Amino acid sequence: MKATKWNHKDLLGIQELTADEIRHLLDTAAAFKEVGERAVKKVPSLRGQTMVNLFIEPSTRTRTSFELAAKRLSADVINIAATASSLVKGETLKDTALNLQALNADIIVIRHSAAGAAHFLSRLLTASVINAGDGAHEHPTQALLDAFTIREKKGRIKGLNVTILGDILYSRVARSNIWLLTKLGARVTLAGPSTLVPRVFEEFGCRVTHDIEEAIRDADVINLLRIQHERQRKTMFPSIGEYAAMFGLNKERFARTKPDAMIMHPGPINRGVEIDSEVADCSRSVILEQVTNGLAVRMAVLFLCAGKRKSTEGTE
Amino acid sequence: MSVLVLMDGAALERALTRMAHEIVEHNPEAESLAFVGIRTQGVPLAHRLATKVGSILKREVPVGELDINMHRDDLALLDSPPNVGRSTIKFDLTDKAIVLVDDVLFTGRTIRAAMDEISDFGRPRRIQLAILVDRGHRELPIRPDYVGRNVPTAPHERVRVQLTETGGKDEVVIER
Repeated sequence: MKATKWNHKDLLGIQELTADEIRHLLDTAAAFKEVGERAVKKVPSLRGQTMVNLFIEPSTRTRTSFELAAKRLSADVINIAATASSLVKGETLKDTALNLQALNADIIVIRHSAAGAAHFLSRLLTASVINAGDGAHEHPTQALLDAFTIREKKGRIKGLNVTILGDILYSRVARSNIWLLTKLGARVTLAGPSTLVPRVFEEFGCRVTHDIEEAIRDADVINLLRIQHERQRKTMFPSIGEYAAMFGLNKERFARTKPDAMIMHPGPINRGVEIDSEVADCSRSVILEQVTNGLAVRMAVLFLCAGKRKSTEGTE
Repeated sequence: MSVLVLMDGAALERALTRMAHEIVEHNPEAESLAFVGIRTQGVPLAHRLATKVGSILKREVPVGELDINMHRDDLALLDSPPNVGRSTIKFDLTDKAIVLVDDVLFTGRTIRAAMDEISDFGRPRRIQLAILVDRGHRELPIRPDYVGRNVPTAPHERVRVQLTETGGKDEVVIER
């Protein structure tokens, strides 16, 4: 029996994980993916536990994915959106979280516009805290599902050329992906307008370029990021149309990529901006498989974190 | 600690051959027979039984693999979360006569989890249990249909099955 390689009750970011822990999580996710193919798509692993989706920032796909993942593990789920919570009545995040814990919530999945929100909660609570996106800091489950998809399709991550294209500066998806891919030995290239892809990212161990043709030429994987209108000031580039013309992955540019280059996008996609419809819907695009894999990865995250917390409680 | 050999390779082989004949005898509707091995040691045993039964029946008998970790009832008692593997059952279980296979039968909790997991894949007509070593100390009302060897043990003793498929020589030992 090989030793278990998971020792976290919380998933706060990729930065805190070792390469072995990431690989163990991806292996566990592969087992959970198979559950989705059964006649009965539900296992009793988290029976009797309660998961709270605390989404202070709007999200449909991540929240739904966590909810379905928890339900497939037989946990009970409560959804709290910022607009419907007491946060609008002036309650602090700390008080909201302590109240949820007082209701014996076992797992709290939090999305928040402030970087470090999940770390903050994890220090306060004995419940497992899962970061579903904190500001422009990290979105660990997105990076894990991206890695899962790459590994499933390409058979490996080490040595691959992965280009992340678009709004890097404001993207937590980019940061989590950079941490993960460099830990697992991929060569990461960041590309986009110089205002959104500053040279300082070279300190993460990536290559930075502002020449899209060069960025996509040798890429095995191209991960496109959405331009985050909601986080940006207008000064980053002149117009959406200009961004699409300069950096969008259109049919002509797509034709100049490697014949087996894989196209990824965390969603929601802006058709005609960072990606053209022909490219988004082509056979080399794995955008919808990323969604399917996200469910398996989140099941693995909940299973491992809740499992670690329960075993710690048992020994106290 | 002393180690006592309960079965050597030849004894293990004879036991599996006898069990294969018993399985054929008790399942006259042979076309619906299928094996499901419990990871990790039950899987090679299931394949060996299926090969033997297949050569008696002159047809191929399907074999599935089951990982029961998602159905465990002791997740809170473990030091850390278990390594979860994939269950692979490529045939339709509905109306099949399933022979569930594991190496050692002890408390019966693994078998309970395996039966729950099997019902996630479909509704077999019947589930039977084949065990290489029954060491007693059941905590659930579960009994095997086919047994390689009954061995009275003390609860603290360990029964260890080694198989060539998983990197040992065929052998059953008891550590006391």
